Amino acid sequence: MNNLVVLPLLFPLCTAIILFFFKEKIRLQRAIAAAGMGATLLACGLLLTQVLRSGTQTLNMGGWMPPYGIVFVADPFAALLAAAATLVSSFCLLYAFGTVGKERERFYFYPFFHLLLAGVNGSFLTGDLFNLFVCFEVMLISSYALIVLGGTKIQLRETIKYVLVNIISSTLFVAAVAYLYGVAGTLNMADLSVKVAAAGQGGILNVIAVFFLVVFSLKAGLFLFFWLPGSYSAPPMAVAALFGALLTKVGLYALVRTFTLIFPNDPAITHAWIGWMAGATMVLGAAGAMAYRRVLSVLNYNIVISIGFIAFGLAVSNRSSLEGVVFYLLHDMAAKALLFLLAGLILQARGTDQAARLGGLIRSQPWIGWMFFTAALAIAGIPPLSGFGGKLLLVKGGLQGDSFVLTAISLASSLIVLYTLIRLFMDVFFGEPKEEPAAAAAAPMRGHVVLAGALCAIVVLMGFGSEWIYQAASAAAGTLSDPSKYIEAVLKEPV
Amino acid sequence: MELFMSLAVGILFAVGVYLILSKSLLRIVLGTSLLTHGVHLLLLTMSRLKAGSAPLLGEGAERYTDPLPQALILTSIVISFGVTSLFFVLAYQTYKKLGTDDMEQLRGQEHE
Repeated sequence: MNNLVVLPLLFPLCTAIILFFFKEKIRLQRAIAAAGMGATLLACGLLLTQVLRSGTQTLNMGGWMPPYGIVFVADPFAALLAAAATLVSSFCLLYAFGTVGKERERFYFYPFFHLLLAGVNGSFLTGDLFNLFVCFEVMLISSYALIVLGGTKIQLRETIKYVLVNIISSTLFVAAVAYLYGVAGTLNMADLSVKVAAAGQGGILNVIAVFFLVVFSLKAGLFLFFWLPGSYSAPPMAVAALFGALLTKVGLYALVRTFTLIFPNDPAITHAWIGWMAGATMVLGAAGAMAYRRVLSVLNYNIVISIGFIAFGLAVSNRSSLEGVVFYLLHDMAAKALLFLLAGLILQARGTDQAARLGGLIRSQPWIGWMFFTAALAIAGIPPLSGFGGKLLLVKGGLQGDSFVLTAISLASSLIVLYTLIRLFMDVFFGEPKEEPAAAAAAPMRGHVVLAGALCAIVVLMGFGSEWIYQAASAAAGTLSDPSKYIEAVLKEPV
Repeated sequence: MELFMSLAVGILFAVGVYLILSKSLLRIVLGTSLLTHGVHLLLLTMSRLKAGSAPLLGEGAERYTDPLPQALILTSIVISFGVTSLFFVLAYQTYKKLGTDDMEQLRGQEHE
């Protein structure tokens, strides 16, 4: 029992509720939002150090012993992701100050931002399948609000599709939970893991596993990513950065959690499916990234590629590929947020993000240019930046697991990531400016450039501090590859 | 009884999917709401339908009804209620701003 486990969910929730009362006082809203974010960050950091030092922490809500009642579980994987998610969203929040516009700030932008964070952290930390659904909904409903806030034509058009896709996948989620409850009679993840393993995962349980695979793939954008590029290019950049860095990662987290803890027993079926879906995602994402010349579209398809890349690690599911999954997830959150922030700065500086209309930006904004270059190299996995460690572990795991085709596809997709991002870099920052900046353009505020610089420093430090991150990722992969540790931590008798 | 419930769930799902596949925005919203109703009935049915006994209160009880699915359904109803009302407002705003409720005309990638 450790009350710290629930704080990463509770702090943003309370902050959001407090924020609802200060609709018109924008400065006060910003201060409260920043303070709440700081508190959440502190709680996540404390939780992470505790988990890494003394193992998985649990909290039984209302004193109900598992498998009854709702349990919150912070194993190293969940604690790491919650900490990384909070860190990245604190950067997005600071970037939102002054870029999202007064109107949005007045109409509950910050409360929704914090509710989204509450949903994300809750999804990471919960140990109950239905509670996972609830946290997903908290996250999704706030994301509906954030994506449509402002109500321009393009936002409305894209939100309709986004909402529809997510309602359908949530409905299927509840149906899958219903089937699983009918078969196993429990919804506690640790208990499910025991029961599914005892029943032998065949027939109906495999069908349910594939059901979950479809549900989480829709949320994560694994193969079923048709909704992603459109929706993520509608909202303002601070929101797009948050979505690109966090939302799909939560879907991936759910995939990793279910298929390492609950359904790991029949990899010939479930993991083979994941493998082919991952391969197809990487190929299709690469095709999309090469086809577009708009900064945002290229970045969105790069999100798709990295989803496939991480799912490839899950498909192989041996020790070193799971280490790679954790490492790469952490890196990808930070690096994707950085890329989106930089895209936002480009948009501010020139008023457009069509690569064909940009050029020569390096002269007026050298810092943005070289940070973009660094982020591109990091995402492509050039050592010593942060992407390298994760990619190395994933490829090593893929080769050990004899899935040579997928490894080849993933390496080729890395090349395409490098190609598309460097092409973007050349188009946007070099050559002659092709046209005068739009009327709405203004030099980005120095504070925002410094902010992107801090995030860039984190990406670089994650690369140089790979050793430390590897240790944490290795601890996380240890629990993932051996479900009995998780089960023991949750179902143990209280002392 | 389970058979009838399953049939009802099947019909709700079929009608819901049919409505979602149509072009009009209003029908799509109604379709999603029917779909969630179907899922709620499914949750109820999956825990076996039993009548005539109270939910478990003590450990000595001989017969009891499983209270969990009802808690789950209640949660899910609240969520789907919120989402459906949001979706309606969204559909109305879209109709007002874009002047159409035809999904065919909401296609496209171009950004004004």
